[in-house]
Amino acid sequence: MVDLTLRFENPTLFYVGAEAEVYRAKWYGIDVVIKRRIPKPYRIKELDEEIRFRRTMREAKILHYAKKAGVPTPTVYFLDPTNSTIIMNFIEGERTREALSKFTGEERVRKIELIGVYTGRLHQAGIQHGDLTTSNMILTEDGRIFIVDFGLGAFTNEVEDMAVDLILFRRALMSTHYMFAEECFKAFLRGYASIRGRKIADKVLDKAREVEKRGRYVIRS
Amino acid sequence: MKRLLCLGIEGTAHTFGAGIVSSDGEIIAESKSSYIPPSGRGIHPREASQHHSRVADEVLREAFNKSGVRPREIDLIAFSQGPGLGPCLRNTATIARALSVYLNKPLVGVNHLVAHIEIGKLTSKTRDPLILILSGGTTQLLGYEDGRYRVFGETLDITLANCIDTFARETGIVDAGNPWPGPAFDKIASEGRSYIPLPYTVKGMDLQFSGLLTAALKMFREKSASLEDLCFSLQETALSMVVEVVERALAQTGKKEVLLTGGFARNQRIRDMIREMVKLHNATFHVVPSEYATDNGVMIAWTGILAYQSGLKLNVENSLVKPKWRIEDTQIVWMMKNS
Repeated sequence: MVDLTLRFENPTLFYVGAEAEVYRAKWYGIDVVIKRRIPKPYRIKELDEEIRFRRTMREAKILHYAKKAGVPTPTVYFLDPTNSTIIMNFIEGERTREALSKFTGEERVRKIELIGVYTGRLHQAGIQHGDLTTSNMILTEDGRIFIVDFGLGAFTNEVEDMAVDLILFRRALMSTHYMFAEECFKAFLRGYASIRGRKIADKVLDKAREVEKRGRYVIRS
Repeated sequence: MKRLLCLGIEGTAHTFGAGIVSSDGEIIAESKSSYIPPSGRGIHPREASQHHSRVADEVLREAFNKSGVRPREIDLIAFSQGPGLGPCLRNTATIARALSVYLNKPLVGVNHLVAHIEIGKLTSKTRDPLILILSGGTTQLLGYEDGRYRVFGETLDITLANCIDTFARETGIVDAGNPWPGPAFDKIASEGRSYIPLPYTVKGMDLQFSGLLTAALKMFREKSASLEDLCFSLQETALSMVVEVVERALAQTGKKEVLLTGGFARNQRIRDMIREMVKLHNATFHVVPSEYATDNGVMIAWTGILAYQSGLKLNVENSLVKPKWRIEDTQIVWMMKNS
């Protein structure tokens, strides 16, 4: 196989997670993001390769199906499962986490409602994001919102999995946008229910309350 | 503050134990006795509880004799109020209540899992660790947040130790002279050479082992792989799942210490794997010494002191046992003061 890594220009590391390194680089003149799942020295090679291979394939697949469901996601340019690497387009924009506080109330509500719509579309398509926070959403100049990092995503139809997405999103609002968290979450639910229908949206919300009572999914902001 | 002495009584499952600890963290004496099920079998709750009633007198006497403390000199009595096997909890609580009334000393109910954590912190001198409890009845990943020990991840079906013990029993692995098949299983696993893919189930930070157990047993019955390779693959798969969620929690919470406890903490492979993993995150790794990692009275005594000093105590009338007591339902008052 052609070693495509040789064609990168100025790769710069910009994020290290629990299982992957994310670089930004130029690739054949295009701005790209390279996500590489790193080998773990603590597990045996056969298992380590199997896990990274499967997850890389799954993430690429989710990115594709999310786009198909009408949710803006990065486009996968190249998939190298044997090196557990995904090359996708770099989304120029600002993280929603920072962008939100710059808006007027009305504008903010509209954006959050759109995030609700996108989340509804994901769930309707049987996709759980798994780490749905405002840090994983990029607001572009033309006003679109891209959802990124499906590393913990899954294909599922379990109500509880969907509920976890809602909990994580609400937690993210509470920790970084405390002043307007409640109003924002209401807007989110409006968008969500417009896709999934009132009945299902309520079911997921009830489940979210139940799961939250167990005192789990505590995250530090 | 006056130096307090606490008698702790543990009896949630197979072990009945007594420990005497002082409020400055000195472990003065301990004694315990474990119910041993017939070879190749698991714990029978009734048999275990009868064992506890039978040995209680002797175990308590031994702890007092070793300590040189007279029963009247004890300041309080703590017991394991839950979670655990109902019959065992009830017999243990009865003994603790009787002593409390007879000696006229305050009674404190302790959460068994909180006790595992607190004795771990005392013996390892850690302050705010990420805690992994691996025992016969528990597979949980916890950390202190906002007044409680929160469960970051846990098994959604059977425990890790249960998965491995059941596999060993079903495949006839026994360890002569040891009621638990763990060491014999480890030995056979160490002879395995090739890895056989088995179901690897991590959901966020939660784990599932029953599919893994079923698949491994199916392969054993179909004789599609050698027992050595199956043990090796089962162990590698199950432990990798556990270590992965520990790593994820470490990255997410930013904690800098990992504390391993529970009977399964004796397993060498899991120790090696976690030690390797924490290096990637500049964290430290601590294993609770095995006499305090398995069930014991000392951990109950120490946690009893912490609880009592925070103003928690029970009247006999409301000292009912709690077999299904969830750890996050308990406020950790003594940690709230520190932070």
